[in-house]
Amino acid sequence: MTAPTTTRDPRRPEPDDADAPRRASAARTITGADVVCETLQLEGVDLLYGYPGGAILPTYDALTKYPDLHHVLTRHEQGATHMADGYARATGKVGVVMATSGPGATNLVTGLATAMMDSTALVAITGQVPTAMIGTDAFQETDVTGITLPITKHNYLVTDVGELADVLCEAFHIARTGRQGPVLVDIAKDTQNAKVSFDAQEYLERREKISLPGYRPARHTREQVTAALDLIRRSRRPIILAGHGVLMAGATEELRVFAERAQIPIALTLLGKGAISEDHPLCLGMMGMHGAAEVNHAIQEADLLLAFGMRFDDRVTGDLKSYALGSRKIHVDIDPSEINKNVTVDVGIVGDLRGVLAEMLPELERPPSPDWLARIEEWRSDSHRRDIVLSAERKRAGGGTDDGKLYAAQVIRDLYELTDGDALVVTDVGQHQMWEAQYYRHHRPHTLITSGGLGTMGFGLPASIGAKMGRPEEEVWAIVGDGGFQMTMMELATAVQERVRVNIAIINNGYLGMVRQWQEFFYERRYNQTPMFNPDFCRIAEAYGIPSFRIRSRAEVAPAVRDARNLEEGPALLEFVVEQEDIVYPMVPSGARLDDMIRRPME
Amino acid sequence: MPQHTLCALVENRPGVLARVANLFRRRSFNLDSLTVGRTQRDDLSRMTLVMEGTREEADRLEKNLYKLVNVIQVEHLSDSPAVVRDLALIKVRADPEKRQEVTHLCEIFRARVIDVAADTMIIEATGDERKIENLIDLLRPFGVMEMVRTGAVALGRGEHTLRDDAYRPNVPTAAKASVL
Repeated sequence: MTAPTTTRDPRRPEPDDADAPRRASAARTITGADVVCETLQLEGVDLLYGYPGGAILPTYDALTKYPDLHHVLTRHEQGATHMADGYARATGKVGVVMATSGPGATNLVTGLATAMMDSTALVAITGQVPTAMIGTDAFQETDVTGITLPITKHNYLVTDVGELADVLCEAFHIARTGRQGPVLVDIAKDTQNAKVSFDAQEYLERREKISLPGYRPARHTREQVTAALDLIRRSRRPIILAGHGVLMAGATEELRVFAERAQIPIALTLLGKGAISEDHPLCLGMMGMHGAAEVNHAIQEADLLLAFGMRFDDRVTGDLKSYALGSRKIHVDIDPSEINKNVTVDVGIVGDLRGVLAEMLPELERPPSPDWLARIEEWRSDSHRRDIVLSAERKRAGGGTDDGKLYAAQVIRDLYELTDGDALVVTDVGQHQMWEAQYYRHHRPHTLITSGGLGTMGFGLPASIGAKMGRPEEEVWAIVGDGGFQMTMMELATAVQERVRVNIAIINNGYLGMVRQWQEFFYERRYNQTPMFNPDFCRIAEAYGIPSFRIRSRAEVAPAVRDARNLEEGPALLEFVVEQEDIVYPMVPSGARLDDMIRRPME
Repeated sequence: MPQHTLCALVENRPGVLARVANLFRRRSFNLDSLTVGRTQRDDLSRMTLVMEGTREEADRLEKNLYKLVNVIQVEHLSDSPAVVRDLALIKVRADPEKRQEVTHLCEIFRARVIDVAADTMIIEATGDERKIENLIDLLRPFGVMEMVRTGAVALGRGEHTLRDDAYRPNVPTAAKASVL
């Protein structure tokens, strides 16, 4: 294999040559580092997250000339990727990360994989050792394009300054179009220093015309739409499975009209929360491993699944051999490789969900099936009898008292009530994440940001910082566990430094709760390495100058949340000391049938 | 498990082979052979991939190949008539007494003797996989000392081609850039 270096095609005229007389004044000779900054501005970037170092120094120096590019110094490169991820998910814009070579670049890995799994548009710019030193095991050299190959949508190594602007243009295009994803651009240090002619106007013109021959997001056909409409017309027990794609495609309104017109209930994936208001009568709630029992029963009993922008992840299907056997299946996704990947479908439609739904709507019709909705309602009332929060409410309503313990599920439900169900919530990963999904009902799109595919502990705090910076008008809550919080809690400094008004709710049960739950169910309660030694979280907050609250009982929840919400500036930290050995119910054991759930015992 | 032959036109850029090879590892496709070579255009290379698996797996491979930005066009060759060829160089033990016999076998298989030394011969054979396997089986009793095969290369028959006419590189690449 030859060293990955490229030179400019001598046969192709320099871009400036053709229209040189017309634009002579617009083109300037600048450095590669300047090209990076110019390009970021032309791509509409105003915020980027990163950490400087030797190989990226020329670009950091150039940034001083571009005051409109606000660079946020994080405390770790992983934090930078999660912040950019949270920012991108909150705003729909491309998140930008910058890091140096070697360890700076390898620290991006977890964040890039997280973004890849959840289809977040990121552009990561890394410095690389000078071209002549590539491949020599130079100081802080690592093969970052090799390392990130399977966890980026695409990546580039740039060693020719003449290619830099085009590569960055492609990177942004690839990141934000089709099925979005992270793109990494690795730039050799000498390339950042090299001089090149750059013309902003020409960049924008090329950006308009960009076409990548090997990159053509697919379009659906009329036949597929007709076949889908036909299956819908003949269905008696249909159910819509709404995923992240509904939100990414901006198809929430189309989804609502579609469901209402055809009277089809909607089940949500974790990342699909917000696709429709959870108060909507046709919205059933979350499906899957910790989904509501009635939703999983409905999927198993359905005669038609309409999978919209979801990918039949193992966490939503359970055992594939027994998954929804009695149903025909329609799958609409923007990524052709998702069709027939895990579940074989009858009609696969590759395309933009919004366009597909809009095309279906005028011809959508089916006779209503009230029996089917009534059946689901029956399953739902059984779930309500078992529900921990609802049964406590029944007890109180009946004159009884609750047991005085603080349950995480109750905390989340209280947070939901106290924030009027209107906050932008960012979670970490584990039990608290599932309780959030079960008890925080989302009514607007893009109000839940969570690491679904990769399940990245440590995601919550930095992602919430990025989300708040992207949507400052929102009330942002980071809900994290005591374990995950400690993976990235150094980013508290970033939150204070940037005066980010985010509320951090630590659900502290003193365990890696979800792992402990598995040990309880499947490993005979051998709680190996799951009890956590924790610091005093309130004193950690104090060290950063962050106001903090410790909540030990239900009665303390509302006053503390109220006080935290009233703070004017900067982060607030609330530590909820909850029941240690609580369990997320229901649970489909890994690999079991979707309707084979471990349920909360009836009280 | 049936074999599937897929052809792919890819951009002639550094690292493209690594991307394709990584796909096989990452998605656990069972790869029999992979060849890369130049085409009539400087900026495009052509890959021939032979995999073992179900038709569904082959379709999945095709879709995943398309997800790679540097892959221009993919085609499943079993969908249309095609010629598939493999080239083998085989060094056999053959003292002067055996030479005649080996040479005779080569004639039957339209293989060529391209080197003769005191006790060895090198044979060059071209053909589809089965023909080469058969020749090797017949040469084994003489003693196959060393052997190398290129893996399959393939073209569709007749007017049909993988289309490259739409291809215009966005970022110009050097004519001599290597796909490896």
